[in-house]
Formats: sequence, C-alpha cells, structure tokens
Amino acid sequence: MKHKILTTVIAGAMLSLGHAPAAQADNLTLCWAAWDPANALVELSKGFEEESGHTMSFEFVPWTSFADRMLNELNSGGNLCDLMIGDSQWIGGAAESGQYIKLNDFFDAEGITMDDFIPATVVGYAEWPKNSPNYWALPAFGDVVGWTYRKDWFSRPELQEEFKSTYGWDLDVPETFEQLQQIAEFFQGREIDGNTVYGAAIYTERGSEGITMGAMDVLYSFGFQYEDPENPYSLDGFVNSPESVAGLEFYKTLYDCCSPPGSSNAYMTENIDAYTSGQVALQMNFAFIWPGIHTDANVGGDRSGYFPNPAGPNGDQFAQLGGQGISVVANSDSVDAALEYIKWFAQPEVQAKWWELGGYSALRAVVEDPGFATSQPYAQTFLDSMAIVKDFWAEPSYASLLQATQRRFHDYVIAGNGTAQEALDGLVEDWVEVFEDEGKL
Amino acid sequence: MSASPLDQVAAATPVQMATKIKGLSDRAIAWIFVTPTILILLAINIFPLIWTIRLSFTDFRVNRPNAEVSWVGLRNYERVLTDPDIWTAMQATAHFLIWTIVLQVLIGFTLAYLINKKFRGNDLWTTIIVLPMMLSPAVVGNFWTFLYQPQIGLFNYAVSFFTGIDPSSFSMIGDVNLAPWSIVIVDTWMWSPFVMLICLAGLRSIPDSIYEAAECDRASKWRQFWTITIPMVLPFLMLAVLFRGIENFKMFDLVVQLTGGGPGSLTELSSINLKREAFEKWRTGYASAYAVILFVTVFGLASIYVKALNRVKNR
Repeated sequence: MKHKILTTVIAGAMLSLGHAPAAQADNLTLCWAAWDPANALVELSKGFEEESGHTMSFEFVPWTSFADRMLNELNSGGNLCDLMIGDSQWIGGAAESGQYIKLNDFFDAEGITMDDFIPATVVGYAEWPKNSPNYWALPAFGDVVGWTYRKDWFSRPELQEEFKSTYGWDLDVPETFEQLQQIAEFFQGREIDGNTVYGAAIYTERGSEGITMGAMDVLYSFGFQYEDPENPYSLDGFVNSPESVAGLEFYKTLYDCCSPPGSSNAYMTENIDAYTSGQVALQMNFAFIWPGIHTDANVGGDRSGYFPNPAGPNGDQFAQLGGQGISVVANSDSVDAALEYIKWFAQPEVQAKWWELGGYSALRAVVEDPGFATSQPYAQTFLDSMAIVKDFWAEPSYASLLQATQRRFHDYVIAGNGTAQEALDGLVEDWVEVFEDEGKL
Repeated sequence: MSASPLDQVAAATPVQMATKIKGLSDRAIAWIFVTPTILILLAINIFPLIWTIRLSFTDFRVNRPNAEVSWVGLRNYERVLTDPDIWTAMQATAHFLIWTIVLQVLIGFTLAYLINKKFRGNDLWTTIIVLPMMLSPAVVGNFWTFLYQPQIGLFNYAVSFFTGIDPSSFSMIGDVNLAPWSIVIVDTWMWSPFVMLICLAGLRSIPDSIYEAAECDRASKWRQFWTITIPMVLPFLMLAVLFRGIENFKMFDLVVQLTGGGPGSLTELSSINLKREAFEKWRTGYASAYAVILFVTVFGLASIYVKALNRVKNR
C-alpha cells in the first residue's frame, strides 16, 4: 500500500511538472561518412532531440572505408544503423535486397513530395529504378564535383600580364577544359612568394572511387556515355567512343603535366591539404569542402574562388554528382522514430538551418530562395554545378563496375600502361562481363 | 619439514571437488582441459573453412540475400585460374615475397651477428632495432606515405643527400618502377628485426666450446663462420623464413595504407585482390574459390618447407 501511494505521488508530481515520459523515446543511430557535413548534422539534430524526445547517436566512418564498413553492416543484416545516409550508388542494391524501407507510402501520408527537391538529387539519391517514382531515400545532402582556385594569385598583375602574353587570353576562371589545362600548366613549378607551386590537384586515388570520380568528371563533358540511350546496357561505341578516349587522354595529360609531385593516390583529403597548404592553384573536389575553404586561415575569404566544371571541346558541360539521400534501414528496431526523423528533416525551416550550418540542402525552397545565390560566395557555383550533374552506375552490381573502372583508369592514367583506347575497350569488356553475370545481357 | 606446493594445493582443494576429480582418469582430465580449445578451433577455424569450400562451388553473393543460390561446380575455380588479373596479383605477391625474404634474411642475420658481439650499449641497440616490429602495420604504412612524400618526405631527402637527385623529381609510390620496391623497403624495415631476434637466439645457442675446439684446430674465422655458425643457425633462419613467408603471402594492411594497390594494379597483392572480390564486389562464391586456392598454395608450400626444415634439423 505504501509503495502504491509513493508511485501515485511521483507520477502526479511528474505530470504536474510537465515531465510526462514520451510514449516511446528511442535512441536512433544515424550512420554516415566522417566529414565536415556530418558535424553540422550532429548540431542540426539537436533540434530533433528537443522536439521529439528521442535521442540521437552517430556512427561516422572515414570515406575511404565508408562503403566497406556500411555495406558490411547492411549485408550482414545488422541493426546498428536506424538511419543511413548512404552513397547514391547503393540505392539499387539496397532496394533490391530489401535493406532500405520504401518510402512512397510514408511520403504520401506525410505530404512530402519529391517535386520539392532538386530533380537531379531525386533521381540520384532517392529513386530505384532510376527515373521511376519509387523512393528509397529523401535527398539529404546535395553535392557535386567543382573547382576551387587561388583568386589572389589570379589577380596579381605580373602573373596576369605573363599569362596573357603566353596564352593570349586573360587569366580568369576557365570556361573550357583546354583553358583549365593552360592555367594549370602556367602555375606548374612556378615560384610564388618563395614557394614552388603546382597546377591542379585532381583525383587519382586507387582504393575506393577517387580516380573514377575525377576522370568521369572530365569524360562526361568530352562526350562519354554509359550506354546507348536507345538500347540499355549496350556499351560498345559509347563507353569507348572517340570522345571518351579523348577525355581520358586529357585527364592523363592533366595528371602528367600539372599535378603536384607524389599525388598518385589523392582523393578529397589530399586535395584539400594540397590546396590549403598553398601548393596548388586549382583544386578539383566535391562542393562539401567549400564552406571549410571559405573559412580557412591560409586560403579562405577573398583568396579563393569557385567555379563549376568547365565545358569540353564540343561545348558539353557536365559534372560528377556526389551527395547522398537519407534512408531508413529495414532491420532497424526503431523504424517509426527513424521515419519521424525524416519527416522532421524534410521541413523547410530545418533544411534552411541545414544550409546555414554548412549542409547542402537539396530542397528547392532553400536553393531557389532569392537570397540563396548571394548567401555564400560559393552558393551560385553550387547551383550552376547541380544543374549539370551526371552520376555513375547505381546498379546493384555498382561495386564491380566501380572496381573495374578504378583499375582500368589508374592503370592508364597513373601507371601509364597502354593507351586510353585500350583502357576503355577493356572497361567495356569488364562491364559486359558484370552485366552478363547479372543476367542483364 | 614444510609441505610442498603440490601438497598445499591438494590440501586447499575442497573435498567435494577432489572426490570428483579423483574418479576421472588422466585421459578424461586431459580431455576436459583440451575440449574448450578444440571447440573454439572448430567454431572459428574449421567450420568457416568447410563453409568456404562449400560456398566456392556456388554463385552465392552475400549482398543478394534474396537471390537464388545455384551450384556451379568447378566454374569458380576455372574462372579464378584463367583470370589474368589474378595472375598479375600473384606475380606482384611473388615479387614482394621473394625480395622481402631475401633482404630480411640478409639484414636480419647481419644485425644478429653484430648484436651477438659483446659491446657497450648492446641491450639499448637491440631495443632500438626491434622497435619497428612493435608498431601496427597500418600505422607504419600510413607514416611511410609521408616519408615517401616527394616534397616533404625524409626518404626522398635522404636519397637526395646521397645521390644529388632532386627529391621532388621522383615518387616512390607513384612511379611504376619504384612502387613495387617501396613496399619491399617498408616491409624489410619493419620485419628485419624479427628475423634478427630469431637468428640471435640461434647464435646464442651455439656453445662456445665448439668455437674453442675450432680455434685449437687452427680454423680461420671465415671457416668457423661457414662450418659452425651458418649450419647451426640455419634451422632458426629457416624458421624465420617460414614465418615471414606465410605472413607476407597474406600481406594486406601495410600495402593498402601505403599504395592502395597502385599505381594501376602494380602492388595489388593477392590478399588485396581477394578482399576486393569478396568485400567490394561481393562475389562471395568466386572469392571463396580464390581463397581456397590461396590456402592450398600456402599450405602446400609450407608443408614442403617444414619437411625440408626437419631434414636440416636432423642432420
């Protein structure tokens, strides 16, 4: 009796103080890569914890082992992650293997529509099969490969004069890859402020996806196509077209002529280091780095500028899509709470705060706001770049396709084995074998 | 007279327990002690091995849990053995294996021979020399990428100091001619001390009396080295080669950190190649066949080698 009275008193006291426990307070684990935007998301998610009563944990893994770690988790049926901000290429496999929850019904019930998001991010991060209204993720972080340049070096009169007398045009943001190469050549090995500097830091990493992301960024604008648009999975003549060969040859030329010594295995982090330490005039990298560059003590503020991927020889202009969508893991023990998080995350005011904190929102209400383009020095470049994106295969067998590409490209561009034509012909053979194994050819 | 430790333990054993053990034979008691080890061995070694062999005859992919698994017979083995990429990886592994063992034996034995001499600071030098093998291979791989950095790397500066070559004019891990040697150098730096320790044990096991007898017979130092030192250290040296051979056949972490398998596929050793097939491409059946082939290769070579080792020991 005494115990019953005590319980009643405590319950009454809690209710009177407004501290009634939530119906079900879950601890959600969100899995993503370990990078700057993840830190911003931790900050953003505090709002969700306050509003919902749920608590958030985070599992962040460095990019180079992100796919290994997280795909192992998904494939082994683990339930570490309730929410996964997985790579766009995982969508196909995760959807077909039932590792992500299909979100169509949830979106319909909650009034979330994909029309509110940048179309390229919906196709790239949320849909499987591509270009079909089957959604497995909410676009979470828009990203694209673009370029950063040393605005302060470009504006030096003596360099401008020398550049114009050498190449016949003003040293400025390049509009074509040919111009980009000329700028990189101009800076390669030059003495600036007593230091030897180099042309361009580009992606060359062998182990995960680096050189593919970099080379494809160039190949798209030269005319590379993954398949015959009229005949899916028909690769010959498209992957290894003369335009693709020219693109790959250009990438090798850029590596040979204008990259810093020792950059045979460089990806995002190495390029950031090369740029912020003042070694290079140009840097290829995903847009996620721009907020960090802008605030960097050595190269930030007016010292750096940003521009989208230049056009190829025929005027085509494309850029490699990065970024990810947020999905609910099917094995999660807290599916309802995870869906609650997605509903909260999709709100325009949360997305606006996401952008403020350094996360690239994919919500059109945010990026189409009249003040967006001038909100940050790189905002307009982000918009321009997101308008020209293309992405790698997102097939369930994407990893085999990616590894073949890594090997062929690295073998030609870095090791210098064979010709670009041989590399791309070999890539067609590899990809055909993968698609035959898949039963798609 | 005080009781022996054995008597003390017997006295401390509860009567109930003592009675129970008393009823067991020595063989039964031995089984009780050994059974947990055998069970663990079966669970984490033998069962996975059998399971891997079974998977190697299927087209199973671990990332397609919903897909139907078909029995493909020997097709995976045929594809592995006719895949030129796998033979390229095998060649890279053979280059790495042979050169690391040759260099580690030479350097390890020389160091052991020098350290075996009595001199001041002997212990300190031994400790300094064995430091590299106490580090994690992943850490070693990582910091050697900085040592090999053309612009700031100490290695390039050292080469420049001795040869006059511009340090930023060559890249150890980016150049096709140098990259295979870059991994050999790092592994040799890390594991020569291990060979040295084993050789040192061998050198210290040679009784002084043998050398004294040789002195009496007026054998030269050179002759003593070839007829006493080398034959008596050889079993130890062969053991070191066995350990390093097995370890380097499955080398992974150090090379992944250092070169990622590049440039191209030049330093993609078999274990890296296997990991990519199994855990990046998720071709589980194919990778299982690949793993079985590697296992049989290592096991076969090691067995032949152990027989040779026993023959040397029995000489």
